Order: sequence, then C-alpha cells, then structure tokens
Amino acid sequence: MAEETVIPLMGGRRKLTQAEKYYAASQWQLIRWKFGRHKLAVVSLVVLVILYTVAFCAPFFTPYNGAVKSDYVNHPPMGIHFTHEGRLTWPFVYGIKKDVDPNTYQRIFTDDPSTTYRLKFFIKGWEYKLFGLIPGNLHFFGVEKGGYLFLFGSDDLGHDVFSRVVQASTISLSIGLVGVFLSFILGCILGGISGFYGGVADTAIQRVIEFLISLPNLPVWMALSAAVPNTWSQVRVYLIITVILSITGWCGLARVVRGKLLELREEDYVVAAQVAGTSDWSIILNHLLPGFASYLIVSITLAIPGMILGETALSFIGLGLRPPTISWGVLLQQAQNVRTITIYPWLLTPAIVVIITVLAFNFVGDGLRDAADPYVI
Amino acid sequence: MLWQYILRRVLLAIGVLLAISLMSFILIQLPPGDYISTYIAVLRQQGALLDQRTIDDLTREYGLDKPLPMQYLWWMWQMAHGDFGRSFEWRRPVFDLVKERLPLTIAVSLSSLLFVYIIAIPIGLYSAVKQYSIGDYLATVFGFIGMATPSFLLALILMWFMFSRFGVSIGGLFSQQFQEAPWSWAKFVDFLKHLPVPIIVIGMSGAAGLIRVMRGGMLDELRRQYVTTARAKGVSESQLLLKYPLRVALNPIVSTIGWQLPAIVSGETIVSLVLGLPTTGPLLYRALISQDSYMAGSIVMFLSFLTVVGTLLSDILLAILDPRIRFEGKR
Repeated sequence: MAEETVIPLMGGRRKLTQAEKYYAASQWQLIRWKFGRHKLAVVSLVVLVILYTVAFCAPFFTPYNGAVKSDYVNHPPMGIHFTHEGRLTWPFVYGIKKDVDPNTYQRIFTDDPSTTYRLKFFIKGWEYKLFGLIPGNLHFFGVEKGGYLFLFGSDDLGHDVFSRVVQASTISLSIGLVGVFLSFILGCILGGISGFYGGVADTAIQRVIEFLISLPNLPVWMALSAAVPNTWSQVRVYLIITVILSITGWCGLARVVRGKLLELREEDYVVAAQVAGTSDWSIILNHLLPGFASYLIVSITLAIPGMILGETALSFIGLGLRPPTISWGVLLQQAQNVRTITIYPWLLTPAIVVIITVLAFNFVGDGLRDAADPYVI
Repeated sequence: MLWQYILRRVLLAIGVLLAISLMSFILIQLPPGDYISTYIAVLRQQGALLDQRTIDDLTREYGLDKPLPMQYLWWMWQMAHGDFGRSFEWRRPVFDLVKERLPLTIAVSLSSLLFVYIIAIPIGLYSAVKQYSIGDYLATVFGFIGMATPSFLLALILMWFMFSRFGVSIGGLFSQQFQEAPWSWAKFVDFLKHLPVPIIVIGMSGAAGLIRVMRGGMLDELRRQYVTTARAKGVSESQLLLKYPLRVALNPIVSTIGWQLPAIVSGETIVSLVLGLPTTGPLLYRALISQDSYMAGSIVMFLSFLTVVGTLLSDILLAILDPRIRFEGKR
C-alpha cells in the first residue's frame, strides 16, 4: 500500500497511468467511476434529475393551470405539426373544430386547417407563484393565443392532462422523498440503538420489525388512512399519508443500519474512540455512519419507489390524497373504469409516468449497489 | 433440535398474533365517535325505533361501558367465542361475511404464490445458464418492467387491452350464472377458468423480482469450482445443473416466502378492487368507506393472521427440509 500512496508525490509532472489512478482514488471516486460504467443507471439518473427538476418548477413547465377547466372536454392528445401545405415550417398546432358525429351523436374534435398556432418557448401564460413565493407568468412552452395544446389530451372537465401530470408530480415525487426521510430518521435511530447497544433494546426492536414486516402493508395502510378525518386540510392529509407510509418503511433501513453496526462496532477505531471519551452518538454519527453511508444511500434509493407506489395505490382507490390535491394516484382515479379508458385511453398516461419513475429508481439503485460494493471491481 | 426450533417459532408467531389483535383493536377504535353511536345513528336512519334499554344492552354487549384496556380484553374474549362483532352496514355478524370470502382470498393468494415460483425458477435458471442470450435479455427486460409496474396498474392496463382489442371484459372470479349459485363441479370449472388473470396480475411483480434473485444466485454458483470439477468428471450438463447449483440457488428463493406472502396479500387486496373479485378486498374497502369499524378491523386482522400463519408454516417446512436453518440464531 505504501508504494501506491507515494506515486503522486514522486510523480511530479508525469501523468498517472490508469492503474495508478485507480489505486490513488478515494472511495467516492471509485463509486462514481463504477456507477459511470453502468450505462442504464446513468441514463436513469438523468431521467430522475429531469423529472425532479420539472416537478420542482412545475408551474413553469405546464402550459395551462391543471385546475382550470376548458371548453374542450375529453380531447384526444394533439400532434405537433412540422409541415404545412407540404413545406417545412416552425412547429405548430391546428385550431380545434367541434363537431357532432352524425351516427353516434357524440362530440368529436377535428383539426381546423385554416387556423394554425405556432409553438412558442418561454411564452407568457397563466399567473403562478413558484414555491408559493415568486410570482411569474413565464412558461417553458405553449402555443400562440387562441390556440390550445393538449399534449396528453384533456379529461372530462377539460383539464389539460399534461399540465395535471406535471403538477401531480410535485406531490407524488416529493412524497417519496419526505417519506423516505422520515423512514431514514426512524431507521437510523432505532437501527442504531439496536445494533450499537444490543441486549434488551435490540431484542425489542427486532421483534417490532418482525411484526411490521409480517403485516400485509396495503390493508393496514388502507385502514389507517381511512381513519383520517374528511375535514383535515390538504397539507395535513399529505403529511399523515407520508407518516403512514413510513410506518413500515423504516424497517428495511433499520436492518441495514443494525447489521452494519454489529459488524463495525468491534473495530479497533471504535474502541480507540471510546477510550478517548467520545460519546456513543458521536461514535455512531461521526465514525460508524460514514463507513456504511454508501449502503444507506442504496437502500434509500430502493425504498423511494415503494413510497411512490404506496401513495399512488392509496390515492387511486380514494383512500389517500383527495381532490383538489392532485397526485398521480388521484389522476388515475379517473381511469378506474374500463369503459372510460377504452374511449379515452390517454387518461392512462399518469400510469406510464409512474412506471418510468419507478423503473428509473430501480436502475439507479441497482447501479449504486454494484458501485458501492468494494469487492467487485 | 427440530422440535425446539418449531416451538420457538410458534411462540414467536403467537406473540405476533397478539400484537396484530392489538393493532386491529386500535384500528377499530380509530374512526371518530364510538361504534355504538354510529350504529344507533344508522339504525335510526333506517327508521328503527330504539329505546334506552336497547341502547344500554348494546353498550353492554360491546363492553363500551368499560375502560379501554378492559374493552380490548372483552373483545378478545368475545372473539374466542366466535363473536367478531356485527357489521352495521350488512346487519350481519362479521364472521359470517368474512367466512364467505376469506377462502377465495386464500385460494387466489396461494395460487398466485405458486405462480410466482413456477414462473420465476425456470426463467431465472434459463437466464443464468444462457447468460447474455436473447432469452436472457427478454427475461431481464420483463423482470425490470414487471417490478416497476404495480399490480393494480397492470390489472387496469390488461383490462383495457383485452376490452379494446378483443372486446372481452376480464375480471371477476365467476360467470354471471354462477355468482350466487352454490358450489358445484361446473362452478369450480368456471372458477378455474377465471383464475389465471388475477393470478398473473398479482404474481407478476413478485415473479419479476425473483427472476433477478434466481439468476444472480445461479450465476454465483455456476462459477464455483465444484461445478468445474463435476463437468471435468463427465457429469451430464442437466444432471450437473439440477443436482447441486440449483439446490443452493433455491435457498434464498425459498426463504423469502416470509415477505413474498404479505406482498401477495397486499396485491390481492387492491387487484380484487380493480378486477372486481368477490374476495375480502372489496369487503374491506366498503367497510372502510362506510366506517364499518368492526368489519374493517376484523378483515385486516384476518389478512394479517393469514400472512403470519402462512409464514410460520413455510418456516417449519423449511426447517424440516434444510437442517442448517434449525441452528440459525443459536450461534
């Protein structure tokens, strides 16, 4: 080992070879390199960053306010056109003509080729307050005044589905983070006590974990969230749902923390810290936690999709978040009926977004797990 | 040694069952207002005349005049005598209603569990043996997408696909004419015909996850030297696979029944709502919506019992099959 650490010193201007770089790299650098080799994980990470950026600045990325109705009810997704009368032009959409189907008497929409509305970026539109503070009316994209752009179609009240999916992502994606944050705190404290002190506390906490793991999650979640009073505000319902989801979510994290602590607490450096008079919590937080932080990050990444799916499932059956709050689960409530989605299949788009999100989290988690494992090069 | 292990597991399971009963009791108490006042309000709405005597009788029957810990004991005592309270929505004893539907829940859940293993083990095995073949890539894609798709969305998508493409509406467990009919051979055959869709939907994500586990475990084993040795000695390829590596790779799969079963019962609950299965899922949902607390609490309790007892049985079975497990935790 001594030989490798000397290399940068005597190297001077000489460039390090690949092998030398490998030996001189810190643990986090190694993880970054190994993660970079997992192409699918890198792509998924990019997807997640985009999803969270869009969710964070949702109003900016929505052409319409998802809560405001329009006259165009159940409009199918619109195509953006690039050619007009055979010539390549700036992307645009046609105007919408309302018609009645002569056979079924159902309302149908057709393109009106006489009117075109150009697609515009950084366009002024509906007023919003970003993060509830910064007022603005700028939007990433939209069409010229008078036209409508229903990228994912519109629902039975004329809401733009795309805008609603984007606005819902703020709630759905953040619930995963907040829920995992709660689970993380619970898991670290209880897993920490369990692994570091052992004895009665360990036995008690292990029994509680065994109990919680043996429960079928969903029926318990359903029963708990059904007891939430109707009169509660949106914010309180949101918080209580995250708490309910974390009740079983912390177990996995606590097990990781406990297992690693049991393994590490016998190390010499822990004894050294104890002899030096460091407090127990300081040892856990400053000396032990960094030793398995990578494992924690992996299990956190893999725990988030479970939270997102839990919220979606609860809201989907009407026991989680309730309108006017919009989350992916709330949006999917409209798609419960087979006949509805046969006629208006675009109402299923939130489902696709959910699947993409969970898929991305799984890939990133897999990539991180491989990268964090020090024994695989 | 074996008996000691079984005894320890049984005692542990009894503890968990007690904890579940306590949790269910709390769930029953959770909705605002006590059960009797809701019950009386419902009865009055339906036009029943109630005098103070009946109300007092009801209060005593449910032990509501006692402090909470006593109420819990009273509730347990009643349960020991087969009385799980009454559903005021159905105006029938809870146990009668659950009794009708729980066997179907068990049947669907167990067949889904079986489906998970029947699908996951051969596909995982194939994936590992033919690593990086087209089949392996297909299995990997299927595995990841299956894991990311929650069962209720899969049910929804499948229903939409079948309905819009073939005009077939899937769902339910019985055809129209058998719904109210007593059990007969014809009804059983009809039931079997309806079973595949819910089983596939419920088992999909579990199977997808296990394929990954099976493939990983098998790949680890195939790299071992004993495999090379056996091959060098001329053991035929199929015998070589099935005799040693498969058995080792199966271990982590079989020992996951403990978390596979709760996941399947969870999935069954929500899938039965989407597919309209006559199991406990819709019953629980309606009970929760109408705050039928004894009904809801009891169903959650029965479902939890189901997973705990199922896990216990599988653990004991495993201990009989695999002697190493008996010694675990005794180090």
